[in-house]
Amino acid sequence: MPVAVRARGWGWRHATRSAWALRGVDLDVAPGERVLLLGPSGSGKSTLLAGLAGLLDDGPDGTGEAEGELLVDGLPARRARSAAVAAGAARTGLLLQDPLAQTVLARCGDDVAFGLENHAVPAELIWPRVAAAMAGVGFRHDAAHLTAHLSGGERQRLALAGVLALRPGLLLLDEPTAMLDPDGAALLREQVVAVLAATGATCVLVEHRVAPWVGLVDRVVVVAAGGGVVADGSPAEVLGRRGAELAAGGVWVPGHLPAAPPRPGGRRPGSGDALLTADGVAVRRPGLPAPAVRDVDLTVHAGRATCVVGPNGSGKSSLALALSGLVAPAAGEVRAAPALGAGARSPHPIRWRPRDLVRRIGTVFQEPQHQFVARTCAEELAVGPLRTGVAPAEAVRVAGELLERLGLARLARANPFTLSGGEQRRLSVATALATRPRFLVLDEPTFGQDARTWAELVALLRALLDEGTGVVAVTHDEALVDALADDILVLREGRPAAASVPMTPVTPVTPAERAG
Amino acid sequence: MSAERLVPELLGPGRGDVTAPVARANPVAKLGVSVVVSFVLLLTVDAVTAGTALLLELLALPWCGLGPGALLRRCWVILAGALPAGLVTAVFGVDGGARLVALGPLTVTEGSSTSGIAIALRILAIGLPGVVLLATTDPTDLADALGQILRLPARFVLSALAALRLFGVLAQEWQALTHARRARGLGDDGPLGRARTVVGQLFALLVLAIRRGTVLATAMESRGFGASDRRTWARPSRLGRGDVLLLAGGVAVGAVATAAGVLAGTWRLLLT
Repeated sequence: MPVAVRARGWGWRHATRSAWALRGVDLDVAPGERVLLLGPSGSGKSTLLAGLAGLLDDGPDGTGEAEGELLVDGLPARRARSAAVAAGAARTGLLLQDPLAQTVLARCGDDVAFGLENHAVPAELIWPRVAAAMAGVGFRHDAAHLTAHLSGGERQRLALAGVLALRPGLLLLDEPTAMLDPDGAALLREQVVAVLAATGATCVLVEHRVAPWVGLVDRVVVVAAGGGVVADGSPAEVLGRRGAELAAGGVWVPGHLPAAPPRPGGRRPGSGDALLTADGVAVRRPGLPAPAVRDVDLTVHAGRATCVVGPNGSGKSSLALALSGLVAPAAGEVRAAPALGAGARSPHPIRWRPRDLVRRIGTVFQEPQHQFVARTCAEELAVGPLRTGVAPAEAVRVAGELLERLGLARLARANPFTLSGGEQRRLSVATALATRPRFLVLDEPTFGQDARTWAELVALLRALLDEGTGVVAVTHDEALVDALADDILVLREGRPAAASVPMTPVTPVTPAERAG
Repeated sequence: MSAERLVPELLGPGRGDVTAPVARANPVAKLGVSVVVSFVLLLTVDAVTAGTALLLELLALPWCGLGPGALLRRCWVILAGALPAGLVTAVFGVDGGARLVALGPLTVTEGSSTSGIAIALRILAIGLPGVVLLATTDPTDLADALGQILRLPARFVLSALAALRLFGVLAQEWQALTHARRARGLGDDGPLGRARTVVGQLFALLVLAIRRGTVLATAMESRGFGASDRRTWARPSRLGRGDVLLLAGGVAVGAVATAAGVLAGTWRLLLT
């Protein structure tokens, strides 16, 4: 049964924060309506979804303070949840962003059955409903398949099946495709559209990238951080009236997409010094018998950017680890040219001491938090320079300069782990730049980033290229490829695809060309 | 051994023959055998009781579906505990009887070597049923059995199960953290610097684990977990005749081993 939502003066403050995440929200959603919820990063959209799912507890053991009312089918959301669980049929179903973190059990079928067990559905009814839910999202593995072997897109579809098995009348989607590759995202969107058409369920969706979803929703609601609803209407009306403002707040609004500044002189036809070459490189990850990627030939030049693209699991990140001297190739050779490796003990980056590596190759990881090692942002940026023997006063100066350049100066004394997603991304790039490496490797630098951070990142990388830094970026982001790539290397199932189209025929050399 | 290998080796679903009678038994029955044997062997430290128990366990191995290779791969932790413990007891234990080896203040006597052997055998005999349990049991099946047969609170059992799955994810995170430390220029200034890097890395792992755990908890609660004490189980777990037989076997091992120790006159109740 499609569910109705009603909020009156609703607000929520997390117990650990002094500011309200949302306040004064007035909202009515009719049964069967599909609402796209927009707002800048940190404006409490996820909080509203969690509230609707009945997961916010303002009781004595709760996690925060609530005010006003938030009703699901006329019942306070939290009571609606327990009533639904007791009745054996969920009212709301919530799909989150991170595929890795929302798989509960080891086998696919068990994972889908988990919610049904919690709703005390009789055991003999569970398995037919599991099978129906898995078929309903086009899941191609059987119930005994191990969740550990799923790709990110498959995990998201499995989580969707787990939600749909409960037949919720209100589907809550919290950036469900933000961490998927373009194919996986398109497939999940198709499934959601089909499910909503079949069930007529109400839907509230949070998503930064608006364009692919805009045809699916009948209404757009904009919320402000610490405030309530600031715009509400049809997609055309709200995006037309508020487009520029939303884009400035980081939302990817059609017609207001962040424009990359044109590169002076356009794409580089020639190339600077060669910095590093990969020759027949294969990379194997621990515990797996077959190499994740093989037969890669690539030359990195100063002032040129190579984008490595391809679906999830095609070996892009493994290649990045080998190019940045963090993993030894299982076959072939990664060799630094004199322009990069002069003064190091070996031409092979994997043999360099960490302090020799950090001044020559900068690496930006997919997950910014992986690379934070200090207590404050300023200390974080001084780590690299200090390791390479720079005097403390000079390291402090470099750190200050970078903080300024990346708009993080006011956060100099903040703990890196407490920054927002966009700030963490900028800081992680800054840590890699602090030692002025000539070669920069980035793994999915724009993953899950809002439009504002995206534009800042592109401008920064452009500037680095103009200063003569060589760049390799692993990415799913077609806009980033457009804005950055001098060369494109396409990987498919662990090999360079014959379809690799270098923008200039110089590098990288595809296997087909080598054969010819 | 690295973390990402340790977890699957100790806890992964068996690489052995899962159709073997003991492997197929209900996890609670296997757990029962483990508990009975451990209890009996904790009462005494003597080589005859422990040795008899270990011998009987080894005789039962063919029904457990674990080949010698798979067994050794999983037993290294126990061997790594048993052998040093035995040696240390033999060298530093209370002396008694004839002196066998003397090296300055270090002596091995008949008394201390007997204790050393007893200690080593005891650790092996207690550990082996545990290894078989872990190697032949899928954690999901164990949780099902604990929840349905032993009636442990579902909330506790399933949270532990979900946390276990998160372990695999954390092993990947650890790998990424290690790479990132090298990329930041850390880890090449002697043992002290390396120790500091590892401590920082552990802290980062803790932060990431809490964050992932929070999301996982939200995903579980959104599917109704923890909202009600009433729940059903999709995979019924029951004790069958084979399971009763297995438990009886465990009791028999304990009884025979104790009888052997008493008859040999070596059995002595600890704490008396």
